[in-house]
Amino acid sequence: MYVIVVGAGDVGYELAKTLLRGDHEVSIIESSQERCDAVNEELGSLVLAGRGSDEAVLKEAGASRAEVFIAVTGSDPDNLAACQMARHRFRVPRTISLVSNAGNEPLFRELGIDVCISSTDVILSRIEEELPRNPLVHIMGIKGSNREVVSIRIPPDAEVIGKSLGEVSMPPDSVISCILKRDGALHAPDADIVLQSEDELVIITTLEQEETLREVLTWVE
Amino acid sequence: MRVLIMGCGGVGALVAATLSEEGHEVVVLDPSPESFKHLPEELKRKAVVGDGTLREDLAAVGIDETEVFVAVSSSDTANALASQMAKHVFQVGRVICRINDPANHAMYTELGLDAVSATQVVSHLILEKVNG
Repeated sequence: MYVIVVGAGDVGYELAKTLLRGDHEVSIIESSQERCDAVNEELGSLVLAGRGSDEAVLKEAGASRAEVFIAVTGSDPDNLAACQMARHRFRVPRTISLVSNAGNEPLFRELGIDVCISSTDVILSRIEEELPRNPLVHIMGIKGSNREVVSIRIPPDAEVIGKSLGEVSMPPDSVISCILKRDGALHAPDADIVLQSEDELVIITTLEQEETLREVLTWVE
Repeated sequence: MRVLIMGCGGVGALVAATLSEEGHEVVVLDPSPESFKHLPEELKRKAVVGDGTLREDLAAVGIDETEVFVAVSSSDTANALASQMAKHVFQVGRVICRINDPANHAMYTELGLDAVSATQVVSHLILEKVNG
């Protein structure tokens, strides 16, 4: 697969190395000549000097045959412009952008960027996972909607313990996708399944319903 | 009309001053407070330090009540992001965006932005004069 990476900073550089190990063909576009030279010396000549939103540079990189285009510079405007150029001028089927400012993510999605990776969100969700007191973890957003996938762990003493799924009144716009029981068994949602402490529920919901969902499933008397 | 101008370089300051003289309510936004020295006194007082590519900064200067958004900073990509945010997130009625690179200008026009390229405008004027 041919992949173009924009930005040869720490993220771009590590990403390119990983892709190369996976036997993908990789080009990097980097605006700093100094950084280009340094990376070229290490990885072989695969870095082009220039801006990722420059049509001529993308042409030189052969963007029209790229299957994936990934913009990971530290600048949201540059990442967006590069992805839009790749998508609209070179018809790259899949564009991925790093988003430094989490507030930009909905806009990027609306403008057709296929995958947005917000470094803040990634770090936040990793930290959330490690905090035992927070039973709701954001897994991912769903493209083109305000829905998201979250995971909720039923805390000990929660009011829902002992109830079957059929008895739990879920908020609107929220659907349980699967249940990972405490013993490690994976179940499809079934009205007869009885909730136990430490069960983990993977749920598709909306930002608006998130709080209600948290209350319904983790409320402790 | 309430107009929000992002970028207070030569172009931003001139557009702001002219619109203000015509009686419009103008607010200028720029990350660098020194840039406001180009503005007339009255606009200088109302100018806001902030980054037009940040949703919260745009919200803070009241983009919700803005009828026209003009992005004329020196960066094409910043102008493009801010304009698309104004158009798609805040539903501003008129959005005008400065895009200097003529190659990018065509794409943004296709994407529905009202893009103005200084390079194109100046070269058109020169060509008109050359051709008499």
